[in-house]
Amino acid sequence: MAKKVLVALSGGVDSSVAAVLLKDQGYDVVGAHMKLWDYIDVGGDIYKDGRCCSLDAITDCRMVCDAIGAPFYVLNLSSEFKERVIDNFVSEYKAGRTPNPCVKCNSEVRWTAFLRKAIEIGCDYIATGHYAFVERSASGRFMIRKGIDETRDQSYVLWGLTQEALSKTLMPLGGLRKSEVRTIARRYNLRTAERKESREICFVADDDYRRFLREWEEKRGRQPEQGDIVLENGTVVGRHDGAAFYTIGQRKGLGIAHPTPLYVQRLDVENNRVIVGENNALFKSELIAEDVNWMGMEPTDKPFEADVKIRYLHSPAPATITCLTDTRVQVTFKEKQRAITPGQSVVFYDRDILLAGGIIS
Amino acid sequence: MEPIYLDHNATTPVDPAVVEAMLPYLTDRFGNASSVHHFGRDAKVALENAREQIAAFINCEPSELYFTSGGTESDNIAVLGAAYQLRSRKNHLVVGATEHHAVLEPAEYLHNKEGFTLDLLPVDREGFASPEQLRELVTEKTALVSIMHANNETGTIQDITPLAEVTHEKGSLFHTDAVQSVGKIKVDVKELGVDMLSLTGHKIYGPKGAGALFIRQGVKIVPLFYGGSHEKKRRPGTENVAGIVGLAKTLEIAKQRREQDFKQLNALADYFIGAVMANIRDVFLNGPRTNRVPPTVNLSFKGVEGESIVLALDLEQVAVSSGSACTSSAAEPSHVLAAMGVPPVLAQGAIRFSMGRATTKEQLDYVLEKLPLIIERLRAMSPMYGQADSN
Repeated sequence: MAKKVLVALSGGVDSSVAAVLLKDQGYDVVGAHMKLWDYIDVGGDIYKDGRCCSLDAITDCRMVCDAIGAPFYVLNLSSEFKERVIDNFVSEYKAGRTPNPCVKCNSEVRWTAFLRKAIEIGCDYIATGHYAFVERSASGRFMIRKGIDETRDQSYVLWGLTQEALSKTLMPLGGLRKSEVRTIARRYNLRTAERKESREICFVADDDYRRFLREWEEKRGRQPEQGDIVLENGTVVGRHDGAAFYTIGQRKGLGIAHPTPLYVQRLDVENNRVIVGENNALFKSELIAEDVNWMGMEPTDKPFEADVKIRYLHSPAPATITCLTDTRVQVTFKEKQRAITPGQSVVFYDRDILLAGGIIS
Repeated sequence: MEPIYLDHNATTPVDPAVVEAMLPYLTDRFGNASSVHHFGRDAKVALENAREQIAAFINCEPSELYFTSGGTESDNIAVLGAAYQLRSRKNHLVVGATEHHAVLEPAEYLHNKEGFTLDLLPVDREGFASPEQLRELVTEKTALVSIMHANNETGTIQDITPLAEVTHEKGSLFHTDAVQSVGKIKVDVKELGVDMLSLTGHKIYGPKGAGALFIRQGVKIVPLFYGGSHEKKRRPGTENVAGIVGLAKTLEIAKQRREQDFKQLNALADYFIGAVMANIRDVFLNGPRTNRVPPTVNLSFKGVEGESIVLALDLEQVAVSSGSACTSSAAEPSHVLAAMGVPPVLAQGAIRFSMGRATTKEQLDYVLEKLPLIIERLRAMSPMYGQADSN
C-alpha cells in the first residue's frame, strides 16, 4: 500500500509543488494548512498579498489539493502557536534578545503538533516545501542537507528537529531550483504558481516587529518603559522608547547626535539601558550557544571545525567548536563576526550538511 | 468503496422528486413573480401555492409565512427584527445557551452594540431547558425569547409549549429555530404556541437557499432588507421561485415519509449507539436517549480530539462532523456541550453522526469496523488517555 503523507501547505508555490511531486512519486497525499493566527490577534494588513493564514491562501491550498485529488484539511493550531511561538517571541524581545520565531515554530509546532496530527490520522510522513534534503548518514543518523538552490536555503531554521521528527519527514524540493518549482507549478496549472514569496515573520504581516510588539503589549495593558541610551563608559547620549525595540548592530533610528556613527552594542534589560558604541566594537570572535540540538553528528569531546551561521542572511564563517556540555558549546571564529546577537540561532555546517544548532546566549 | 455520508444534520442530498418539481421553474417557467405579464403570473401562482402548502404543513395561515434564504436569515430577521421593533419599550433578550450561532450571534450583537441586556437560558445535562428557570429570567422588559426546537448537535427535542407559555405571561415574544425539527417530527405552530418559527429545506432533502419564517399575525418586526414590496416588505428581493417550489415539495414528501423515516432512523441510531458502546470503552452519548431527532447521534470518545476522528474517518471515506458544520474550523469545544455541562475532556472528543434516508445497516457496520481501530490508535498517542483512566 502506498505510504501516506500529510503535506503542510502554506498557500505558497513551494509547498503546492511539494504536494504535486509526492503525488507523482506515488504517495497517498493528504494536504493540510496550519491555521496559526488570526489578524484580529496579531494586527497588520489583512489584505496584504502573499501571506499565509489568510482565507485566500486557504482557498488556494484547497484548489491545489482538489487538482491532484488529495483530501484537504485546515488544522487550527493557533493556541499552540500563540503559546509556543508568539509568547516566546515577545518575551525574548523583552528580555533583550532577538528570537527566530520560525525556528520555534518548526521544532515546537510543525514537527510536534502537526506531525502528531499526521500520525493520528494514519499518515506515515509529513512533508514540507523547504529547499533541503532529509538524508540518513552511514551511522544511521537523520540529517538535513542544504538544497541545491543556495539562494533558497532554509536549513538555518530547521536545526531544532529531532531524529524522531526527521525520520518521518519528506522534503521533495531539495533537488530543485526556485525557477524550476515555478515551472512545475505552471505546468500543472497550479493557482499558486505566481504567488509572491514571503520570507519574513508570518504573523507580523507588515514586517514591522516594533509595531507588533507595541500593539501586542498595549492590548495586554503593558507599556514599554523609556530609558537611557548610553556609551560603554556610562555616558548618557540619548533616550530610548523601550529596549525591546532595538537590535544589535542597529544604527538608524537611534536619534542621537554624536561626532562618530554609533551602533547598538547590547541591550541591558535589567537596568533598562541600550548600550551603543563604535562599529569596530561589534566584531567579536566568540559566542556561547545553548539548547544545542545535534543532527548530522553526535556531541564530541574533541573540538571540531565547522562553518557557522549566526543569522538567517549570514554567510557561514569557519570556526572551532568546543562542547562544554551536550547542549552547550563554545564557538571560536577564525575571523571576528559582526553583531553576534543573543537569542538568534547559530547553526553549524560541514559544507552542506547541517551538523547541529543552538541559541546564542 | 462508495463514500458513506453520516452528516445529514449539516445538509442532505436533494430528493429527485424535488429536483423534478423545481426544474420547470429553472427553465420554461422562469418568470419574476412580481411581473404583470403571463410569465410573472405563472411564477406568482407557483409561489402562492407553495406558501399555502407549507403553511398547512406547520398549521399557520399562508399570510403568516415569509420566504427567506434559509435558517440563518430567518433567525436573524426574527431576533434582530423583533428586538429593533420593540426597543423603545423593551431592551432585554433571552436565548437558549445551546442555540445555533444564527440566533446567538445576532443576540450577542444586540447586547454588545445596541444596548440590549441578554440572558442565556441554561440547560441540563441532556440539553433540556426548564420553564421555571425561564420564568425567573423573563420580565416585562423582555422583547424576545428564542429557544430552538431540536438541537443541531445533539438532536435534543425541546418541549417548546411550556417555554412559550411562560414567555407570554410577561407579554414577550417567543421564537423557535425549527431548522432541525421541521420534516423530522411534527411541527405545529399552534400547538407549540410560538410567535415566530424558522425553517429550511436543505436539512430534509430540499434545495439549499430556500427557507421560511413564520410570523404570527399581529407580530411586528423591523425588516433587515429594503428595496421592494416582496414578502410584504418584510423580506424584499426577487423570490427564489424554484427553491420555494422545491421547499414545498420537500415538505410534501416529508409529510408522507416522516413517521416511517422516524422509525427507521431511530432503529439505526439505536443499533449504532449500542454497537459503539459495546465495542469501544469510555464512550458517552451526548443528549438524551429518547426525545431526540433520530438521525443525530452525538458521542464523546474520552481522551481523543474529535477533529482527529473526523479526519481519520474522512480518509476512510466516512463523512461525519465534530459539532456543528458552521463552526467546524474553530478549535474551541462546542458551546452546546459546554452548556450541557459536558466536561471539556469529553466535549473535545465529541463526534456527531447524523443519519439519513439512504443510511443502511451495512454502512454503519463498515463504520463500526473502522472506528474502534481509529479510537485505539488515537488513544495510544493521547497524553490525556491512559494512566488513571485505563483499567
